[in-house]
Amino acid sequence: MKSHVIVFPGSNCDRDVAVAIKNISGHQPQMVWHKETSIDQSDLIVVPGGFSYGDYLRCGAMASTSPIMHDVVKKAKEGVPVLGICNGFQILIESGLLDGALMRNSSLSFICRDILIKPKNQSSVFTKNAQVAKMPIAHNEGNFFVTSQQLKKIQDNDQIAFQYCDENGNVNEHTNPNGSLENIAGILNEKKNVLGMMPHPERAAELAHGCEDGKNIFESILN
Amino acid sequence: MLAKIYITLKKDVLDPQGSVIANSLRSLGFNNIEDVRQGKFIEVKLNTENKMTANKQLNEMCEKLLANLVIEDYKVEID
Repeated sequence: MKSHVIVFPGSNCDRDVAVAIKNISGHQPQMVWHKETSIDQSDLIVVPGGFSYGDYLRCGAMASTSPIMHDVVKKAKEGVPVLGICNGFQILIESGLLDGALMRNSSLSFICRDILIKPKNQSSVFTKNAQVAKMPIAHNEGNFFVTSQQLKKIQDNDQIAFQYCDENGNVNEHTNPNGSLENIAGILNEKKNVLGMMPHPERAAELAHGCEDGKNIFESILN
Repeated sequence: MLAKIYITLKKDVLDPQGSVIANSLRSLGFNNIEDVRQGKFIEVKLNTENKMTANKQLNEMCEKLLANLVIEDYKVEID
């Protein structure tokens, strides 16, 4: 098992992800600075959360042009599992690996609290064992948007990974924290080997966090 | 050569910041506000005098990085 965590200037969830991966798989992931140009053979590449490049221009826009992203895109196209969390999700969208855009929260407020998500796709390497799960969100730009044609495409192709819901799995406007279209909290690429999600599974991955629901996603990829 | 680039949200994309600005303007007494849309303005200095080349490059810059075409439109002006 070999995994890699990409580190950009302004990443701040990279170590949390590394700890979660180490605890769950027993293997220490390799941290890869964004100026590197290639990644060794990998079973999982994580693009972590944070505020890469201070969110200049648009969240993730600058990081998507970092040297390492050429190889991340190449590896993703070859089928290597790539997981983008929060700012990592924004970077994967900006790099063209995932559809849509993440706009400012409809409330215009930074939201930092626990939410519940349920899997819509249940066959991908990330979501195959997923259930309704609690984990934190912490973002200002998580309001997912796609054009109506793109939405139809991702629905028809089962690319919606997670939706914001209540404890019974109901998905409606009351369970939508940020205005995301269709309550979308995470989406997959067409081949289902790339997942981008706004919630932070690495922040709900051990007892000390008060919740371990986030472990499930890492376990299904790592074990 | 100085180029001015205007980036705005597409018409069918909600602009909550614009709505809040509109409300604030109304509360200042500007009662004839119909709508406000907020965008970005970027200046790019190029060391070329060829407008055709510059225009082509600037459009490419907008499509590759400066604008997100899923939600934004852009307009390039060259002085």
